[in-house]
Amino acid sequence: MSEIGTEANPLRVAIVGAGPTGFYTAEQLFKQKQVEVEVDMFERLPTPYGLVRYGVAPDHQKIKSVTRIFDRTARRPEFRFFGNVELGQDITVDDLRRHYHMIVYTTGAQTDRSLNIEGENLKRSHSATEFVAWYNGHPDFRDCDFDLSVTRAAVIGVGNVAVDVCRILSRTPEELAKTDIADYALEALRESNIREVYMLGRRGPAQAAFTTPEIKELGEMEGSDVWVLPDEAALDPLSEEALADSADRATTRKVEIIQSYAEEPPSPKQKRLIIRFLVSPTAFIGNDDGEVVALELMKNELYRTDAGTLRPRATGETEILPVGLVFRSIGYRGVPLPGVPFKESWGVILNETGRVINPDSDEPVTGEYTAGWIKRGATGVIGTNKPDAAETVEAMMEDLAGGRHLDPEAPGADAARQMVAAKKPDYFSYDDWLRLDEIEVARGEELGRPRVKFVTVEEMAEALERS
Amino acid sequence: MKIRRLLATKGREVITIGPEQAVRDAVALLAEHNIGALVVVDDGGTPVGIISERDIIRRAASSETLFDELISDLMTRDVITGVPQDDVYSVIHTMTEKRFRHLPIVDEGQLIGIISIGDVVKAQRDTYRGEIDTLETQIMADEA
Repeated sequence: MSEIGTEANPLRVAIVGAGPTGFYTAEQLFKQKQVEVEVDMFERLPTPYGLVRYGVAPDHQKIKSVTRIFDRTARRPEFRFFGNVELGQDITVDDLRRHYHMIVYTTGAQTDRSLNIEGENLKRSHSATEFVAWYNGHPDFRDCDFDLSVTRAAVIGVGNVAVDVCRILSRTPEELAKTDIADYALEALRESNIREVYMLGRRGPAQAAFTTPEIKELGEMEGSDVWVLPDEAALDPLSEEALADSADRATTRKVEIIQSYAEEPPSPKQKRLIIRFLVSPTAFIGNDDGEVVALELMKNELYRTDAGTLRPRATGETEILPVGLVFRSIGYRGVPLPGVPFKESWGVILNETGRVINPDSDEPVTGEYTAGWIKRGATGVIGTNKPDAAETVEAMMEDLAGGRHLDPEAPGADAARQMVAAKKPDYFSYDDWLRLDEIEVARGEELGRPRVKFVTVEEMAEALERS
Repeated sequence: MKIRRLLATKGREVITIGPEQAVRDAVALLAEHNIGALVVVDDGGTPVGIISERDIIRRAASSETLFDELISDLMTRDVITGVPQDDVYSVIHTMTEKRFRHLPIVDEGQLIGIISIGDVVKAQRDTYRGEIDTLETQIMADEA
């Protein structure tokens, strides 16, 4: 067989998952100049961009502009998109092994970490990711039901997702109507009775995961005031010392903003968002119908680990917070792929700098790689996945140079397309997406919105005039 | 970011050595795995110390029998260990302040990995690169 990576015999790569990391991986593969590469990207949903479309909040359109970079990659002649094709359901890893020299899993982290406390699965207790996917019009979450008739809701966690959920619950219908939030979610939120939203953090203001712009934005909502209890806004001596020691300006600024929210009690006319610190839910309390009516909170204090981190520790003092709706947002977690080694305890594919590792031999699995959240866990901003993808592509190039790759029976681009067409005739191409995108944007334009999303696969097929 | 995230891409293997083994064995392991330190564990797998290339070089300056000496005679005993929940930023700060370069990570008494100063520097660099890239993208979107 001739050398791989030439024009006549390009390196054929399958990328599984069309989120930011999938596109960054493709971009890095095209950017290197050593070898010719062709990329086929497989995606479970008909549409590309993963969490940029279905995770990033609808009132954060600017963040979504990163899709322009991805679009540039997708328009290259060496790139193809196969949407609506699920690994394990429609195609298998063995199918990919027959057609590609290398496979990269970039499936992200699709589910929530669990709290493991009593009553977590009561009615009206939801994972934040479900709510996020629902208001973003994710086809799998179209039929979720959230009881917005209650007046008080709590969001457990102080990360970016928790902040998004708090904002969406607190915004006015007018604010939301300017976004590309799913129509059904806009209608449901229009009828919402929620007056008070609690965001609950285990540690103090100096350790909160949300960023300074995010916390500042909370103070700029039209119909809702932000409030922090003065006692909880004040730094404990350990945090004070750590902050002074690190001279970290971003955290100092964040703490200042949080403390400014403690200065002015919220107006009784407004909705309110109350950020609580140093509290951990220890139980969900339900009524006879099995619905959440309150959370039991344990008050925490901070202690310093040997390595210098300030961690929460229970004080023994508890309180009851009456809330009728709870969203758990303590972090995303990866889901195992059929036929791919998984590290259950951390929710990632077992890997070493992106090379998938066989758990029995501790050796790399030939030709299989991973990048992004399914490789290292859910952390960082969208762009953090770019250096992560670069690391994986570097490992791929090293392996290719060392002759470590799959030897597919049918490495041609046509053979791969025929395989997909045989197994999933109604797959969506990138051209299909461009057409859907155009229609969505046009539908939005009439209403002064960025787009009006299609929210079911059937709708998308119909819009493309497929029978 | 938590230390756990850094361990996620390091595979499973943690290279360890016993306190009764010889420096010769340590040198061989450091060279074979291209690393700078080994966690010293007792028979039960509990970390009892750490031995770094620096420990070995220091002893080499004054010892003619270095290679036959026991690990337990050279190792640092008061090892600072981390937990998977430690924040990367706190770890960077502690490593810089206390001037050590390897942090064994222990979870419920079990050694599950080791983090080097190189790992935390890389994590911090990638975090910054990612943030800059994201900000640039947004600024360019504003201009478009």
